[in-house]
Amino acid sequence: MTETTHIPVAKRRLKWGRVLDHSILILGAQFMLVPLLMVLQTTTTTDLETIRNGPEFIIGDQLDDNFRAAMFTASGFSGENTGLRMLANSMILGIGFALGKIVIGMMAAYALVYFRLRFATFAFWLIFTTLLLPLEVRILPSYEIAQRLGLLNTYTGLILPLIASATATFFFRQFFRSVPEELVEAARIDGAGPVKFFIDILVPLSQTMIAAMFIIMFVFGWNQYLWPTMVTTDEGMYTLVRGIKQLTQDLEGTSIPEYGRANMLALIAILPPVLVVIIFQSWFVKGLTESDK
Amino acid sequence: MKRAGFTTRWLPILLLLPQLVIIAVFFYWPAAHAVQSSFYLEDPFGFGSSFVGFDNYTHLAQSSEYARIAKFTLLFTILVTFFSLALALVLAVKADNVIRGAKTYRTLLMWVYAVAPPVAGFIGLLMLNQTWGPLAELAKSVGWDFKLGVNFADTAAAMVLVSVWKQVPVNFIFFLSGLQSIPKSVREAALIDAKSSFRRFWDVTFPLLAPTGFFLLVINITYALFDTFGVVDVLVKGEPGNNPMTLVYKVYVDGFRGNDIGGSSAQSVILMVLVLALTIFQFRLIERRIHYT
Repeated sequence: MTETTHIPVAKRRLKWGRVLDHSILILGAQFMLVPLLMVLQTTTTTDLETIRNGPEFIIGDQLDDNFRAAMFTASGFSGENTGLRMLANSMILGIGFALGKIVIGMMAAYALVYFRLRFATFAFWLIFTTLLLPLEVRILPSYEIAQRLGLLNTYTGLILPLIASATATFFFRQFFRSVPEELVEAARIDGAGPVKFFIDILVPLSQTMIAAMFIIMFVFGWNQYLWPTMVTTDEGMYTLVRGIKQLTQDLEGTSIPEYGRANMLALIAILPPVLVVIIFQSWFVKGLTESDK
Repeated sequence: MKRAGFTTRWLPILLLLPQLVIIAVFFYWPAAHAVQSSFYLEDPFGFGSSFVGFDNYTHLAQSSEYARIAKFTLLFTILVTFFSLALALVLAVKADNVIRGAKTYRTLLMWVYAVAPPVAGFIGLLMLNQTWGPLAELAKSVGWDFKLGVNFADTAAAMVLVSVWKQVPVNFIFFLSGLQSIPKSVREAALIDAKSSFRRFWDVTFPLLAPTGFFLLVINITYALFDTFGVVDVLVKGEPGNNPMTLVYKVYVDGFRGNDIGGSSAQSVILMVLVLALTIFQFRLIERRIHYT
């Protein structure tokens, strides 16, 4: 039906419009893509070549050397922050943050939606006020508290303060409220308790939502910068994104900056979250655009 | 709340506990701490602090440096918000138009969502570096001697460019999903009523996209204010000097580097009020959207 309404419109103009549409889209795609291509190219050549010629339209043969340098050599004093170590730390932060957020959020949302609680409204406000203030505005006192609790340079200190906002709880609350009430009635008639209902019915029902949340939260956690910068001073605790600053400082100091290694590390910091977003695109887009409703 | 809720007493409390403990320790405590320290003057050597009332605030109000940074942040926010919304809108409209390659375009235009701000800053640093940066070369070829980190305006331009690059995908995703939710019947009716595609866009599509636009406006302002920290930090290479900086960066510099806890806390509180106002504005918008769409 839609196709037939398209045809009567003057054919030639439509064609030119198409060409224009595609040109604009190609320009836009280039705007996004060219910086990545530059990073990719410089990971395949020697540092000297990069300095002398800048990025070129050739693929060099230094990919494995640069990869090895990025993964196994460390900058800094302790020699602990190799790419591999930072990759592991980033994974722990991304996955730990996503899982923590989902588990805690689902539990709290379940309590808020399915139980009669005397202080439910109060708890609701207590939890959802956290949506109002990002971590950035209370960064210094958060640091002092982490310090007082002895959480500096620990994974707990890295992850827990980031979890202290209710985005996932809010999201799951919205979702649980859209689940038909008949389900819980039926479950009660069948004699299922609250725990059984949660694990056997609600969690399986939420699978898509959990997946979408996981993707968004993983990317969010992986990409954290300010908090890891403050809470980890021990080089063995650096994440890839946190290590970026050191990379820029390395490039400043030396006579032949290690562009190959630095760009490879940047690439390793980019790839996992980007791949997750591309591969699970439809879930991710759905989760992102529905979380605001 | 569900009508058929469970009535177990202890379970919901147990379910809510982790969330409540985390936000109490890492949200309310630091937030209260920030408000409290903003009324105190901390001894720079750590020997206690003394109550100074609103001194920290009046100090800020009179500081010409703070006013300058606030002005820059305002300009920066306007530029980043405007350009990333405008670019994303154009791209989303075009991506919604085309049929061939639609999915490829979508992927190419959204992957940058998953790049961390400091990594984006790092790529910007390379693209604009003076020895071989492709963008710096391009600028040179039109007579613009780009001096990142030296020239105030150039550094500011780099910050805006990188921040826009990083933000276009988010807006693109939301605009595209907004466009795709416009009913086919409305589009077909518009096709019959208005011959020019430009008219159709302004009279039909644009008003229907307005709620998405308003929502994104708030998201973008928040992004420019807070999430660009990584971009700023990397582009100035951790050396603020005479370089442009945003208000959040100033909180960090004063509190963490300058050890001016009171002044930094007062700045945090000002930002809290700002972001609170923004979020309340956003909630009202969302409420409206739910009612009228």
